[in-house]
Amino acid sequence: MKSMNLTLKIWRQANAQAKGEMKTYSLSGINDHMSFLEMLDVLNEDLVKKGEEPVAFDHDCREGICGACSLVINGRPHGPLQTTTCQLHMRSFKDGDTIYIEPWRAKAFPVMKDLIVDRSAFDRIQQAGGYVSVNTGSAPDANEIPIGKQIADEAFNSATCIGCGACVAACKNASAMLFVGAKLSQYAMLPQGQVERKRRAEAMVAQMDKEGFGACTNTGACSAECPKEISMANIAMMNREFLTAKFTGEA
Amino acid sequence: MSWISDALTSSIGRKLSMSLTGLFLVSFLFVHLSGNFLLFKADNGDAFNLYSHFMSTAGIIRVLEIVLVAGFGLHIYTAIVLTRKNAAARPVEYVANGSNKKVTWFSKNMGLSGSIVLVFLLLHLQNFYWRYHNWDIPMVEIDGKEYKDMYFLVASVFKNEWWVNPVYLLGLLLLGFHLQHGFASAFNTLGLEHKKYSPIISRIGNLISVLIPLGFATMPLYFWLFN
Ligand code: HEM
Ligand code: FES
Repeated sequence: MKSMNLTLKIWRQANAQAKGEMKTYSLSGINDHMSFLEMLDVLNEDLVKKGEEPVAFDHDCREGICGACSLVINGRPHGPLQTTTCQLHMRSFKDGDTIYIEPWRAKAFPVMKDLIVDRSAFDRIQQAGGYVSVNTGSAPDANEIPIGKQIADEAFNSATCIGCGACVAACKNASAMLFVGAKLSQYAMLPQGQVERKRRAEAMVAQMDKEGFGACTNTGACSAECPKEISMANIAMMNREFLTAKFTGEA
Repeated sequence: MSWISDALTSSIGRKLSMSLTGLFLVSFLFVHLSGNFLLFKADNGDAFNLYSHFMSTAGIIRVLEIVLVAGFGLHIYTAIVLTRKNAAARPVEYVANGSNKKVTWFSKNMGLSGSIVLVFLLLHLQNFYWRYHNWDIPMVEIDGKEYKDMYFLVASVFKNEWWVNPVYLLGLLLLGFHLQHGFASAFNTLGLEHKKYSPIISRIGNLISVLIPLGFATMPLYFWLFN
C-alpha cells in the first residue's frame, strides 16, 4: 500500500441557479487501494469536520453496474481508464498529482449541485420509445424464439448500456447518439422489438433533438470512453433505423 | 409533406445532408483531378485547352455546375448549422482538457480543415474561373479554331504568382485531413456499417486522403519548379 498526497480542483456550485467555480483542496494520506469515490468520501469527512459543505457527487451501486457515478476527471469522463468512476482506483494516479474534477457538461444535463447533473433527459428519451409495449406473453422457454447467436450477442452488447451519460460528456458536441443508438439497436435486432420499430426510432430521435443534445461527428470519443464499450456501429444502426422509418414509415 | 422537412432538419437529417453532399464533392474531386491531368499531355496544352473549352461551354456541364455549387452551398450551410447547434449543446466547456488517444485530430477538427479548404477554394476560383470568364486571356489556335489559352493561364499563375503555391499546398493538405475522417464518417452517418466492408471503407478513405491531394499538388509543383 502506498500513501499519497493530492491536490484536487473541484467544481463547486451551490445549486442549479448559482454560479459555480473551481475550488482547490489538498488531501493527504490517501491509500492507493481506495476507489476514486472513497477518496472523495475521505475529502467529505474532512470537510464535514471543518464545518464546510461536503462535495455532492452521484453514486449508488459502487460496483460498476448502475451508471449513477459520473465525474469528468482530468478532462475525461470517469477518468483515465475506460471504466466507471466507482471502479477507478487511486493507483491510477501518482503521489503529488493535481486532479481536476468536473461535472458532465451538456446543455441537456444541467448541473444541480457541485458534481451532480440532472440526467432525466435520458429518462425522457427512454419514455418516448425505449420499451416494448405490445404484449409479449410470459417469459418464453429458452430457445423457443430462434435468434442467431451473433444477433443475440450484439443485442445483448447494446443492452449493456447503463445510461451513465459518459458518451455525452466525452463528445465534443455533447451528442447522445451512442446512448440512443444502443437503446434503439437492442430492440431493432430482436423479434419483440419489430412491432414498434419505426415509431420507436422516430420518437426517440425526436426527443433526443428536443432535449438539446448535439449531433454526431463520428469522432468515436463516446465509444472510446464508454465503460461498457458500446460500439459506434450502434450509431450507424440508429441512423439507418431513423432514416428508414422516416422515409418508409406510413405514419 | 411536413415529414420531409421534419426528417431533413432533425439532427440525423442534417447529418444526412452533410454526408451526401460530402460524398458528392468527393466524386467531383475525382472528375476534376482526372480532367486536370490533361495538363501533363505533351501537346503544348491543346488537349487541356479543348477540355477547358468543353467544361465552360457544354450545356450538360453548365447544369452540373449549378448542382456542384448547390452541393458546396448545402455542405457549407449544413456545416454551419451543425457547428452552431453542437456548440450550443455544450454551453460550458471543461476546465481540464483530457484527450483520448483513440480519437483522431482529424475527426475533431473538421470545421477547421473545411474552413481552410474554403479559403483555398475562393482563391482558386479567383485564379482560374474568374479570370477565364472575365479577363482578356491570350488565344490559341487548335485545328483552325480559336480557343482561350487556359493552359497558359495555369502555367503563368503557378510560375509568376508563385506565392499562391504555398496556399494551394496548404489547402490540399487540409483537404486530405478533411477526407481522412470525412470519407469513412459519411458511411457511418448513412448507416452503412458492416464488419466486412467498414474496414475497407476506412482504408479507401485513408488512401484517397493521400492520393487526391498529392495528385492535385503535382500541378502547382510542376509549373512552379520544373517548367
Ligand atoms: C472539396 C471539398 C469538400 C469535400 C470533398 C468534403 C467532404 C466531406 C465529407 C465526406 C464529410 C463527412 C460527412 C459526415 O461525417 O457525414 C464532411 C464533413 C464536414 N465538412 Fe466537408 N467537404 C468539403 C468542403 C468543406 C468545406 C468548404 C467546409 C466548411 C466550410 C466543410 C466543412 C465540413 C464540416 C464542419 C464537416 C463535419 C460535420 C460534422 O459531422 O459535424 N467541408 N466533408
Ligand atoms: S456507482 Fe454504480 S456504476 Fe458507479
